[in-house]
Amino acid sequence: MAGVHVATTINGDAVEYVCHPRETLLDVLRNRLGLTGAKEGCGTGDCGACSVTIDGRLVCSCLVLGAEADGRAVGTVEGLASGNALHPLQDKFLEHAALQCGICTPGFLVAAKALLDRNADPSEEEIRYALAGNLCRCTGYDKIVRAVAAAAKEVRTKKAKG
Amino acid sequence: MRYAAPTSMKEATGLMAKAKGKAFVLAGGTDLLVRLKGGFVEPDLVVDIKRIPAVTKITKAGGGFRIGAAVPCAELGENAALKKAWPGVVEAANLIGSDQIQGRCTIVGNLCNASPAADSVPAMVAAGAKAAIAGPRGRRTVAVEDVVSGPGKTTLKKGEIVEAISLPKPKPKTGDAYLRFIPRTEMDIAVVSAGVCLTLGAKGVVKSARVALGAVGPTVIVANAAAAAIIGTTLDEAALEKLAAAARAACKPIDDKRGTVEFRIEVAGVLAKRAAKIAYQRAGGK
Repeated sequence: MAGVHVATTINGDAVEYVCHPRETLLDVLRNRLGLTGAKEGCGTGDCGACSVTIDGRLVCSCLVLGAEADGRAVGTVEGLASGNALHPLQDKFLEHAALQCGICTPGFLVAAKALLDRNADPSEEEIRYALAGNLCRCTGYDKIVRAVAAAAKEVRTKKAKG
Repeated sequence: MRYAAPTSMKEATGLMAKAKGKAFVLAGGTDLLVRLKGGFVEPDLVVDIKRIPAVTKITKAGGGFRIGAAVPCAELGENAALKKAWPGVVEAANLIGSDQIQGRCTIVGNLCNASPAADSVPAMVAAGAKAAIAGPRGRRTVAVEDVVSGPGKTTLKKGEIVEAISLPKPKPKTGDAYLRFIPRTEMDIAVVSAGVCLTLGAKGVVKSARVALGAVGPTVIVANAAAAAIIGTTLDEAALEKLAAAARAACKPIDDKRGTVEFRIEVAGVLAKRAAKIAYQRAGGK
């Protein structure tokens, strides 16, 4: 079976790989590129644990073929922090203990980042709708929603201070 | 499995037409990849149409809109002009799945997946949407309701690809709406659904109407008798009751884990009434 050669950008870095035509982007990220932040929960687009962005749009990487990423810009949870400085979302998830087992956390972070990128001041309802595609089976939703609201506030404050 | 990402529709239809074995079009992949990974389909060829510039855009055409086959549903909700012209269609498209799914799923995929419960389809049918089909022997345009022939089955011939959905320019005083019943508030498949589009004449009298019902038959049901029940009325209680009765009479549902025959028939009438009321208000009626 001929492999597909893909040249893409992941978290701002140029990356090239060869993958099987039916290999998902999630499998490419995890198994070929060592980016294991995105998790496989359901593998059918229901749980959001594999959330990444493609050209800025939130998607489930389990429902994207690795071949489709050619020429696109992929964003994963590994791209959230800047060096040793965590993203405010990551800080607030820690501060609010918004995780238990942690499997869903990378997906929640990526989805929450996508929300804050388009809505700097989301209401609780907007946060809940935006995260409806992410399942947490430890049922820590309340803490997650509070952490996202706190991170949104933090981002706004930082921006106001310049 | 071979993966191809052509850059023109001609190339894409050529690949689909010449394919030996099973060939599938890949747009958003939210249905195809689930079926592929579940072992329900074994494609020999997957043709990714997202590299074809013409199908990745929403364009204004003759006062109406042409929505390319690779446009994700999220983009419909971000298009203010489309939302203003066809709020029911956009709401229906935006009901499909989570934000993650919205970033990939398409209304053409929703149509061609041919699920009786497809959310965008009754809304498109009510709005009088047309499907633009490209094929190895040229192009043709058909009404959206003529694309699906049964659960999982379409009328597309080998090599044909639905390349866009065209929505007409709404006539003055036109409103559309789509409602579905699910046992929760989000992230579910319609148990019953109804799309209504109507245009008002003088004094708030309904001049023309279209009613389409979802998940109550093998394909979307165009309920002409239900539409006729409200034409010439100001959507008073009596007209609404007639609409509901005609909508119920048009249903041919099955029993399944999501709902019984009796429940689906009853709710179809309720949703047709409620959707008609919203459409009426949107058309400027009181």
